[in-house]
Amino acid sequence: MKALHIKNLSKTYANGTQALDHVSLTVEAGDFFALLGANGAGKTTLIGILTGLVIKSSGEVRIFEQSIESEFSRIKKMVGVVPQEMNFNIFEKVQDILMTQAGYYGIPRKQAVHRAEELLHRLGLWEQRYKVSRQLSGGMKRRLMIARALMHQPKLLILDEPTAGVDVELRHGMWDYLKQLNQQGITILLTTHYLEEVEQMCRHAAMIKEGRLVKCDKVDNLLKIIDKEPFILTVDEVRNTNRLKGYAVSVVDRHTMKVELDKRHLHAFIRDLEKNGMSLQDIRPQGHRLERLFLQLLREDEMAG
Amino acid sequence: MIRDQIIAYQTLVRREVLRFLRIWVQTLLPPVITQTLYFVIFGSFIGSRIGDVHGVSYMAFIVPGLVMMAVINSSYSNVVSSFFSAKFQRCIEELLVSPTADIVILLGYITGGILRGLIVGLLVFIVSVFFARPVICHFVLIVFFIFLTAVVFALAGLLNAIFAKKFDDISIFPTFILVPLTYLGGVFYSIRSLPRFWQNLSQLNPILYMVNGFRYGFYGFSDVSVSFSVLILVFLVLLLTGLNLFFLRKGTGLKT
Repeated sequence: MKALHIKNLSKTYANGTQALDHVSLTVEAGDFFALLGANGAGKTTLIGILTGLVIKSSGEVRIFEQSIESEFSRIKKMVGVVPQEMNFNIFEKVQDILMTQAGYYGIPRKQAVHRAEELLHRLGLWEQRYKVSRQLSGGMKRRLMIARALMHQPKLLILDEPTAGVDVELRHGMWDYLKQLNQQGITILLTTHYLEEVEQMCRHAAMIKEGRLVKCDKVDNLLKIIDKEPFILTVDEVRNTNRLKGYAVSVVDRHTMKVELDKRHLHAFIRDLEKNGMSLQDIRPQGHRLERLFLQLLREDEMAG
Repeated sequence: MIRDQIIAYQTLVRREVLRFLRIWVQTLLPPVITQTLYFVIFGSFIGSRIGDVHGVSYMAFIVPGLVMMAVINSSYSNVVSSFFSAKFQRCIEELLVSPTADIVILLGYITGGILRGLIVGLLVFIVSVFFARPVICHFVLIVFFIFLTAVVFALAGLLNAIFAKKFDDISIFPTFILVPLTYLGGVFYSIRSLPRFWQNLSQLNPILYMVNGFRYGFYGFSDVSVSFSVLILVFLVLLLTGLNLFFLRKGTGLKT
């Protein structure tokens, strides 16, 4: 079953800005899907259309096989959304925010009380339940938004940059929780700037640039596109680098070098390194592979366009 | 589905009522103090020098108008400030992404405004008993006029909030239109005491019909036709409901 099916979706705002230009993509039920793009690429507009906050100009959107044009209120019951910016009443208490949300989705209070209790415990907000939302820390506010989005047990959870501005520990905690939710069968669609997040969690990703879809594929396939990867090497002492011809080597300091090469040539490179009198002490990939892929694809798109 | 919408309505009303009760010092107390001052200044100090109007004391004459004035302001300001602040804080998005129907959003918000208006109206009426002896002639008409007036101004407040983009926008209409219309709507005087031209001009003011219809319920006299006043109120309720639903559906000021 398709959780989301978007066909030729376009949006032009009243001021003439075209935020989306014939975007088509499909997210299968149960998937963990990332939407990547720079600021202003159209990610939030796309999410806005899926949640009813933005009115599309043209195109078709179907969520769990139902069109947003005819079945939106039924669809809304299946979708939970965690927006990019805080959007709860700053004067309301944490527990009231969850209870109110449940009420909007037609959940009776008795049932909502249990659900809120469970989520407050699960997201580490139980002690804060009587605090007004403005007294919460940034991380707590974000967790509250996740709890709120889960109150009506959605089948599709949409998160717009959920870990922006969140510290590392909390971010990893959130990743674990989102993975658990996905394992329970909830389809997750997230936008993010942290490409590491995509590598860690997502199975599929789509890249958007200036409202157009640049690429949509499995994350593994996307990573295969990158032919070379940077590695950081620590050696006893950097010497004779001019003999390492054919390799893109740069010296960082007396003991550290950086080389960009195809993984398949790694063994040959280490051999050549030792042939030149350097003893390898440590080697590690520099990371941010998706980041580089993203930039590579954007460059390719620019050249093609 | 209908059950879900009823729960959503109850949730909205509960939230709205708790909001104005929580800040009762800002929402319930000020109109009671203001209207009490009117009773003291206009009723006692100045009113004692004015003769009876339509056979009742001046103090008793102004009671229905002052109650009505408090109801108008409270119903209007409750909805306009609550809805606009939800827009401003963006927590209105909680509602917009939910399956709550537009009509339920409308009913939920205006119910909050109506209830605040009626509570304030009742408090002002209770205070008035210390100053005058208002009589009740047609109880059903009193309830009809006060209720529908609260509905009209709660709806008007919602319309104002839908269009408002900044805080100034929610004070322009009350300051420059609502207050003058209320003062010139026969709260403090009978329009029969005005020259013909001003009498005719006053008849274009819808608040005149509300105040007079409501006063008719107390004393059995009115400067204008009561049945025409009923029609005007019903017409305004239908018109404002239609406009609000149209703009909510269209997403004016709420969706991009």
